[in-house]
Amino acid sequence: MSAADLGMLQRPNDRLRRRRAVNRGMELLAWLAAAIAVAILGIVVWSVAKRGAGELNLDLLTKPPVPFAIGPVQQGLANAFAGSLVIVGLATAMALPVGILVAIYVNEFAPRPIRLGVGLTLDVLNGIPSIVIGIFVFGLLVVGHGQKGWVGAFALAVLMLPLAARSMIEVLALVPGSLREASLALGVPRWRTTLGIVLPQTVGGVVTGTVLAVARVAGETAPLLFTSSIVGNQTSWNPGHALQSIPVAIFELSEQPDPADHARAWAAAFVLLLFTLFASLSARWLATRSRRKIGRAGR
Amino acid sequence: MSTVGATGEAARRPFPGRRARLGDVLLQGVAGLAALGAFVLICLIAYKVVDGSRLSLSTFGLGFLRHVGWDPVHNRLGGASFLFGTAATSLGALLLATPLAFGIALYLTELAPRWIRGPVTALVETLAAIPSVVIGLWGVIVLGPVLRDHVMPALHSTLGFIPLLGTPSATGTGIFTATFVLTIMILPIVSSISCELFLGVPAELKEAALGLGATRWEMVRGVVVPYARGGVAAAMILGLGRAVGEAIAVAQVIGGVDNLVSWNLFNGGNTLAGKIALEFQSSTSSLETSSLFYLALILLVFSLVMNVFAQVVVRRVARRQGLVAR
Amino acid sequence: MRETKGVSVSVSSAIERAVRVETKREPLPPRERLQQVFEIEDLSADYGSNPALKDVSMEVYKNLVTAVIGPSGCGKSTFIRCLNRMNDLVPGFRQTGTIRYHGQDIAAKDVDPVAVRRTIGMVFQRPNPFPKSIQDNVAWGLKVLGMKDNLPERVERALTQAALWDEVKDRLKVSALSLSGGQQQRLCIARAIAVEPDVVLMDEPASALDPIATQAIEQLLHELKSEYSFVIVTHNMQQAARVADMTAFFSISRGDEGERWGELIEYDATEKLFTAPSDKRTEDYVTGRFG
Repeated sequence: MSAADLGMLQRPNDRLRRRRAVNRGMELLAWLAAAIAVAILGIVVWSVAKRGAGELNLDLLTKPPVPFAIGPVQQGLANAFAGSLVIVGLATAMALPVGILVAIYVNEFAPRPIRLGVGLTLDVLNGIPSIVIGIFVFGLLVVGHGQKGWVGAFALAVLMLPLAARSMIEVLALVPGSLREASLALGVPRWRTTLGIVLPQTVGGVVTGTVLAVARVAGETAPLLFTSSIVGNQTSWNPGHALQSIPVAIFELSEQPDPADHARAWAAAFVLLLFTLFASLSARWLATRSRRKIGRAGR
Repeated sequence: MSTVGATGEAARRPFPGRRARLGDVLLQGVAGLAALGAFVLICLIAYKVVDGSRLSLSTFGLGFLRHVGWDPVHNRLGGASFLFGTAATSLGALLLATPLAFGIALYLTELAPRWIRGPVTALVETLAAIPSVVIGLWGVIVLGPVLRDHVMPALHSTLGFIPLLGTPSATGTGIFTATFVLTIMILPIVSSISCELFLGVPAELKEAALGLGATRWEMVRGVVVPYARGGVAAAMILGLGRAVGEAIAVAQVIGGVDNLVSWNLFNGGNTLAGKIALEFQSSTSSLETSSLFYLALILLVFSLVMNVFAQVVVRRVARRQGLVAR
Repeated sequence: MRETKGVSVSVSSAIERAVRVETKREPLPPRERLQQVFEIEDLSADYGSNPALKDVSMEVYKNLVTAVIGPSGCGKSTFIRCLNRMNDLVPGFRQTGTIRYHGQDIAAKDVDPVAVRRTIGMVFQRPNPFPKSIQDNVAWGLKVLGMKDNLPERVERALTQAALWDEVKDRLKVSALSLSGGQQQRLCIARAIAVEPDVVLMDEPASALDPIATQAIEQLLHELKSEYSFVIVTHNMQQAARVADMTAFFSISRGDEGERWGELIEYDATEKLFTAPSDKRTEDYVTGRFG
């Protein structure tokens, strides 16, 4: 290129014009793809909100369903809300401590090859379809004993474990080595350093990871179908019995032909959607915050 | 260190010997057990699923994979139609989701102004947070009728010569609708992994391409895509795994037709996961239950293979990236 | 160097020749007789709220090697990246003033940065070959820019000019990442000159290289400047003294509230700037009393 064809900078030749057109076209397509994804989210949330918000009332939360209801009977899904609370709470109580311990092992003790092995194990566990987990727990605990709320919670805990452990590993890795060294240099033994210095730094991370994992499993239907779904209509808090849950209730109601059932399904879906969206967005927000805080602690 | 004139053992060794502290041993032991537990859990899952399918395995053998139809009354059960349904819906979803995800990743990493990037990334990831049962409910009541009334007839009348686009279904459920729903569900996974990969391309390489006078698209095609190719493959595999394993949303929208292998995507069908979800509670015989375990076994083997494969690909890409960004 | 067989021979001859060239540097013609490539006026730049450069005015002349030296943080890199609008890619970057390239303001809104970068090439601090074969690294730009006639010849010519041809001619299909750092950087130079730019900007091209590779690259500047104009940023004064015809010295200025920015202190023929600088700050820097 010599100084002679300088005009090109302002008056592009055909080739440059074509290249620029292709570039513009591709940029437009990329923009369109992002717009489609956002639009899908908007449409799904909007149509659930439109159908569900109107059906939302206190009866949904407080009144049990009435089988073979004739006429305008006030009925709700109280059994499902209570059951979901119990099952998800129990699942968290089972999965969280184990997840934290796995993360402690990986970050503080495991030699490199084992660390990679545990990472692969968690990924594989995370990749097993939830329906297979459901079948597994059915074969392990339901056959011969019947469905129970805590069995459903165990199935959800299996799903939660890799999520909880993964996010804990990430958070523990953020704790600055200088903090560990400072404690070890004082002559504090390793286990006290881990439990007393390192772990307290990660409280924010534990909360975030838990919220994310809860948001994920609260909407899980498949593992509960075989473990805690053959239920009555009365509200129960006893995990020794099979308990109804919101996702299973939505699934069953959506299979019914009656529009009144659909209406309750939409209302429950709206509640579930609000909960999961709120949980995952606040977890995102918490994650950025706690990450910043942990990073600062080392300085 | 030799202190010759020292009187006793203690004086020669100012520090006590290394001794195992109870606390350390306990913590390491318990934590190690937890990690081991995760591995044992996988083995236990595999064992239980194989154990449950034993009856069906010995009755049908591999012929199960070729037999079309599910007739529990006469004990003639086969998984071929579910294999077909799974393949059709998840490959179709992957086909639709991959270019979309690629575009999203391209937009978010290369084009979007910074103030748009964060919110849009959050929105796309939020899509992944919607419970599958809610997407399924939306799919069967909202999306299905729209596809039935508008999309399917239009596709049939314009492109009906393709056998895939035959007579529209009467209900709006079917393979086609399931493919759409799965596309929505795997889109966030594929796009967020693609985003990470694109961000992993060293800025120096991008600058080198732009410094030569390449346009942004030419840079993406020439540098970003080749660099991220292996990783995009892994992202697709993980998306495929998710699509194959999804049970609930598919069960809601696919129509639950068990004995049909049809090239018309508008027909009903069923997938491995969908069949298990729909049938398990109403299973009548131990052979049928065992055959459902068999379907789960296929899913399990597939997910294990896909996951390990994806991990291997990711590791290799990571190693190569390490080579460039020294 | 082209007819030598072994690597060791070619390296030692490169060193010899570099020494020879330096000792018989031709005197610079008077500035009025030189043709201007860039005419930079009151160039200021900042990243968000941090000023990077203030009021830089200078000219860059055709077929010369112009060096930009100064302590780190003096805005050398920012400056050189303004010359082909690489800074467009940095979020929050703003610049004021004019940069006229053969009389045309390249910073203007209606000028296509892609066309600018196509004419004004760049070699970066760290070797950044594409993860492609040696041949494809050079050919990629040619293909993108539509210079597809005589592709193999163009590749060979560029590699030869970059003094790399003899070392790689038997393994053009091998990944560029298998080359040594110095070879990679020469490949990046070949890649930049293959598309026949008018100016080649080099941002500390030898900072990550060993002395022998550095020699090879400096040698290359001497041989190629009859065809191209070079602007080279370096933190190494000896390097500037060896390769540059003109040298610009940038330094850091501090404001009342502790803010720092880069400023052009002195710009002159290399020999004059190093032996008889007119500014005290330049003298302190080149004699090693600062930075």
